[in-house]
Amino acid sequence: MSSPTWLGKKEQLNRMNTKNSHNLNDLLKRKNDLKPSERAAVPPQRMSEQDPEARVRNFDEVALGYTPEQARLEAMRCLQCKNAPCINGCPVRINIPAFIKEIADGNYQEAIDIIKQDSLLPSICGRVCPQEVQCQAPCTLGKMLKSVDKAVSIGRLERFAADTERNQGIASLPVKPDTGRRVAVIGSGPAGLVVAADLRRAGHAVTIFEAFHKPGGVMVYGIPEFRLPKAIVQAEIDILTDMGVEIRTDFLVGRTRKLTDLMEKDGFDAVFVGTGAGLPKFMDIEGENLVGVFSANEYLTRTNLMKAYSSDIADTPILRSRKVAVLGGGNVAMDSARTAIRLGAEEVHIIYRRTEKEMPARVEEVHHAKEEGIIFHLLQNAKRILGNDQGLVTAIECLRYELGEPDDSGRRRPIVIPDSEFMIQTDTVIVAIGNDSNPLIHKTTPEITTNRWGNILVDDKGQTSLNGVYAGGDIVSGAATVILAMGQGRIAAKSIHEYLTNGS
Amino acid sequence: MNRIIEKKQLSPEVFLFQIEAPLIAEERQPGQFVIVQASDDGERIPLTIVDSDAATGTITLIFQTVGKSTHLLAELNKGDNIPHLLGPLGAPTHITKTGTVVCVGGGIGVAPLYPIVKAMKKADNMVITIIGARTKELLILENEMETISDEFIVCTDDGSYGRKCLVTEPLKEICQRDPKPGLVIAIGPPVMMKFCAETTRPFNIKTMVSLNTIMIDGTGMCGGCRVTVGGQTRFVCVDGPEFDGHQVDFDIMIKRLGSYHKHEEKAHHECHLQLGLEKKNS
Repeated sequence: MSSPTWLGKKEQLNRMNTKNSHNLNDLLKRKNDLKPSERAAVPPQRMSEQDPEARVRNFDEVALGYTPEQARLEAMRCLQCKNAPCINGCPVRINIPAFIKEIADGNYQEAIDIIKQDSLLPSICGRVCPQEVQCQAPCTLGKMLKSVDKAVSIGRLERFAADTERNQGIASLPVKPDTGRRVAVIGSGPAGLVVAADLRRAGHAVTIFEAFHKPGGVMVYGIPEFRLPKAIVQAEIDILTDMGVEIRTDFLVGRTRKLTDLMEKDGFDAVFVGTGAGLPKFMDIEGENLVGVFSANEYLTRTNLMKAYSSDIADTPILRSRKVAVLGGGNVAMDSARTAIRLGAEEVHIIYRRTEKEMPARVEEVHHAKEEGIIFHLLQNAKRILGNDQGLVTAIECLRYELGEPDDSGRRRPIVIPDSEFMIQTDTVIVAIGNDSNPLIHKTTPEITTNRWGNILVDDKGQTSLNGVYAGGDIVSGAATVILAMGQGRIAAKSIHEYLTNGS
Repeated sequence: MNRIIEKKQLSPEVFLFQIEAPLIAEERQPGQFVIVQASDDGERIPLTIVDSDAATGTITLIFQTVGKSTHLLAELNKGDNIPHLLGPLGAPTHITKTGTVVCVGGGIGVAPLYPIVKAMKKADNMVITIIGARTKELLILENEMETISDEFIVCTDDGSYGRKCLVTEPLKEICQRDPKPGLVIAIGPPVMMKFCAETTRPFNIKTMVSLNTIMIDGTGMCGGCRVTVGGQTRFVCVDGPEFDGHQVDFDIMIKRLGSYHKHEEKAHHECHLQLGLEKKNS
């Protein structure tokens, strides 16, 4: 892409940078007449963060949020493109330029109202969405400035709008008159919460069934407090209960009650299955069942859900580790490593068999992990785990890899280098190489068909092979993101509403 | 919900709760378990369901106070609600008519064995039951077991009651009979189950054991309960709790069970202090 002519005028740009762009009031006076060049010249607003040295000793949120001034300056960077490529990058197609314009104008309630037309959990998505590969990837400003890092920080603005609203006390969403129809939602993760909200708004009675003792799914047991405070998730759930959604915890559909019984005996007219990807994968290597080897799910659940980090509140313990090795390169691997260091580990290693470029983790998470002193071992992978006579982990034997041709995922395939074995001393190994689908619903409801990986098969409306039963989120797509689960939830909710209204 | 309608103390450390849980009572089959929490942030404790009555909507649990969480559970009384109760979990016991079934229970393991003895008897098997404990006062469900068994043997390690021996001794004698039993089911401390499996191995008698490993969710999500069975990793919560005892790697399982031993001792001690249970000289 060739640079626009105005970008060539370096001097003019520099002058603008120093004189105008920091001054919100100057910009505000002319907010409707700002030229693209002037918008582009506003420096990207950094969100302040806890200092790495301080934050590795607590579980508080790392990113601290924008001030109103920062948010409005950042919002003014938006070029308000007519074709809005950002919207195409958003899985739920939020009207991004419109809400950003409201923030620039200081109309924060209007901004959040626009977001909520399409996204029901903005304070969560603003924090955990991978914006750099979604809405911010095609941002015109980022392209102009030749770096996706310089795109408008859409996610941070979304978070700002949502937090501002929450801090003032969110009014629950209006609910239409009761339709007399009842919907069971299985699982209280992002997909389930969105389905519950949409269908309740339409006037249907909704009951969410959750196996754990607290609702929220992966947002509560998986994603750590320092990335997504649990109070925020609870606030979203409180809105649902205010709207009249019933939540039944300690209820495992398939075991406590069969899915078909919910429809045939308990009077539910439709069911949504959003049970997630809750079956941890292991490496299938020697030593994997030694004491001190955890799935990331176990490690994070002990810490987040059961609050093992605070012996004052919780009774569930977690082993105190000195040297931790985390296997994997996704967000869950970063979460595990950063949790381990907060729990007091002296050294935390991430072992990943490709290079940083292929890591599925968000760039921001990798950056945060590095700032916190996590040691990265790239192009390496575990071969076996060694233990002592008490069954305690003592070391991990690794192999070195190089990258070959691209594989099915489009990433270059790692190829093992023969005889490259070496040891890393460690007392804890966390396996964070992904999750398979939890097989319970399929096992106890064989009428629902799945593919060979156990993912529930649905049509483009989210309908499963069983009439009246819909599914979405990771149980359909395999381990993915909060926003994709939400997107599928919205599609399924729309279909369920049509099914309940028109019978198809 | 989850109201305790009866509480009994069966031995100094063993308690029985009968709990109102109509949905669990309706679905529950022998061999399945529940997870209980004595408080909102309390540890999740897996307990096998000893009995259930779908008509009255109740289930029976028996547990031993071994650490802080089970002590807090034992503090609950008749009329109290158990804060959290999830179930029934796990795969049910495979109940078939096999001919002669030997059911071996050790210590608190007699409790989860009881529903299996009942079901095996109901399926027209000849049931020989062996129960054992360290000493007489730790024996539980003796009368209940005797009533439903065709042959019944009690042993204690110290000889304070019944035969003075380990459960493996009568088990071996029964294995030597002709015809030999078709199935052995052993539930108790891991070491006992390991040696029961070793006792029956030379006789080539199928031996099922019920494992009670450390769990968090109990639904297959955390993998903390995993064991090595026949060289493969299996999850006790969804693939079990019952496995072929000849295939289970008991050694690594026992080590995994001890993962939090030090932590538990400390929490248990502090809990005793809080509850005022600690003896002055201990």
